[in-house]
Amino acid sequence: MTTISQSMAPGQLTAGRLPKVVVPALLAGAALLGLAISLLVGGGNLALAAALAYIIFLIAVEVSARIVEGARQAADRRATSMIVGAFVLALLPLGSVTWEALSKGAARFDLTFFTYSMRNVVGEGGGALHAITGTLWVTGMATLISVPIGLMTAVYLSEYGAKNRLAKAITFFVDVMTGVPSIVAGLFAYALMTLIIGPNTGFGFAGSVALSVLMIPVVVRSSEELLRLVPNELREAAYALGVPKWLTITRVVIPTAISGIVSGVILAVARVIGETAPLLVAAGFTASLNNNLFANPMMTLPVFVYDSYAHPGVDVQVYLDRAWAGALTLIAIVMLLNLIGRLVARRFAPKTGN
Amino acid sequence: MGKRIEVTDLNVYYGDFRAVEDVSITIEAKSVTAFIGPSGCGKSTFLRTLNRMHEVIPGARVEGEVLLDGENLYGPGVDPVRVRRHIGMVFQRPNPFPTMSIKENVLAGINLNNRRMPGSEKDDLAEQALKGANLWEEVKNRLNKPGASLSGGQQQRLCIARAIAMEPEVLLMDEPASALDPISTLAIEDLMNELKQQYTIVIVTHNMQQAARVSDVTAFFNIAGAGAPGRLIESGPTEKIFSAPDVKATEDYISGRFG
Repeated sequence: MTTISQSMAPGQLTAGRLPKVVVPALLAGAALLGLAISLLVGGGNLALAAALAYIIFLIAVEVSARIVEGARQAADRRATSMIVGAFVLALLPLGSVTWEALSKGAARFDLTFFTYSMRNVVGEGGGALHAITGTLWVTGMATLISVPIGLMTAVYLSEYGAKNRLAKAITFFVDVMTGVPSIVAGLFAYALMTLIIGPNTGFGFAGSVALSVLMIPVVVRSSEELLRLVPNELREAAYALGVPKWLTITRVVIPTAISGIVSGVILAVARVIGETAPLLVAAGFTASLNNNLFANPMMTLPVFVYDSYAHPGVDVQVYLDRAWAGALTLIAIVMLLNLIGRLVARRFAPKTGN
Repeated sequence: MGKRIEVTDLNVYYGDFRAVEDVSITIEAKSVTAFIGPSGCGKSTFLRTLNRMHEVIPGARVEGEVLLDGENLYGPGVDPVRVRRHIGMVFQRPNPFPTMSIKENVLAGINLNNRRMPGSEKDDLAEQALKGANLWEEVKNRLNKPGASLSGGQQQRLCIARAIAMEPEVLLMDEPASALDPISTLAIEDLMNELKQQYTIVIVTHNMQQAARVSDVTAFFNIAGAGAPGRLIESGPTEKIFSAPDVKATEDYISGRFG
């Protein structure tokens, strides 16, 4: 011990360190410089200023860190700056969309919007009650169709298939289904219903079928992954107690994975609830409230937004306001679903610790 | 309770690979039988064939006879689920069900099989099983806490309680103490001594001292080399195997000269 510490030159373990104020100072300086250059050559373009500032900042941090701290710390600061930059870049659209929807949707986010349909409305007023109920009906029915089919497929793949040919084929076709364009799903559902009941103008259940086509593969893949994560030891523990396989699956394997499965289903719902094209084709559109999934067209929120924007009446702004309010409602529903999903997942999560 | 197991000419295959060859052994009722031998010699595989748990492994199959008090486990029409209700198993790593409380874990065999039982009887059964596994005093005030909140040694005793709550005739233990500290190991070994009053116990262990301490009969398994099937070299009263074995390989293994 003593010989080692004596043999070391003092300061061998210490290296230069940039004072804490340097990075914020460099950032501020780079921002100012970027803005200045942008004013000079780009007429004050903010995007140009931000990009320039970022590049200047990267170079400044790299150089100052290399001089004071050495190459390894410089690499660390470079990686940190780039990752934070990428993160901010990814968040910008989200922030922008949320802000736009909130600011423009707030104008019509009122009681009338949630209590009136568009029946006999040509100008101001009116609401999206018919679209909100329609979205809930159609998506709810789609979930009702997709979850049993998807979950049972996942159970087959993870518990029974054991890489046999059928399981491989199912996995392949599920992957193919994931890539089906949503408009094709809508056309499929419409064609299917036409084959069964003859020509029609679309109705809610057809929309549910279209959404199921999009939802099932998502449910299958996420549930399968989660069922595979359940340790084999738990299955063996159940078998060793003389529990039959089907009870082991329904009482041990699925409950152990249920929190993840619920999250997966919620994500799948969030994925399809904003689909427009298949619903436009399969569920049709209407201005009236319709709570019957099996007859007459049913309005949904995405179609409502699209319709208000694409086919406005005389007073265009009124229709645009309604479209934004509809978009805001849709975002609110998806966020609410995510929140519920998290709560449910926490409620069902395997109990650990005290 | 406690039944005798007779195994005749048992071969175990994984696909085309023969893992265990021509094992014949009699396991006496209400005694502790220990299987010892180097890793990969097929003792765990053989143990699993005693309650058909090897069938969980894809491609595993068995030739030969295993008689539980004269009834062949591999006879036509025998349901492996029923076999496992009579022959319980405890695994190397404690595996309580994470979604269940301590009490629910003990009663898992009843609840998962949808067997109806009045609540008071269930309480009694849980208490009996936990007492049988020497765990009652430690957990009686927190029966509704999750099973995963216990320490490793307690979890393993919880798994033993879960197994004996099914009132099996035979209890198979696959290295039940190898993941535990010495104090928990001692608790499990003491427990085995008590359990053999009622149950036939078969234990696989890598710990020679453990085999010497707890077992009445010891069986030594070995393999000729990599890829060769495991064989039962010799079995007999533990005292004899550990002091004057008939086969040189047994003596070499026990004295630590190989393996």
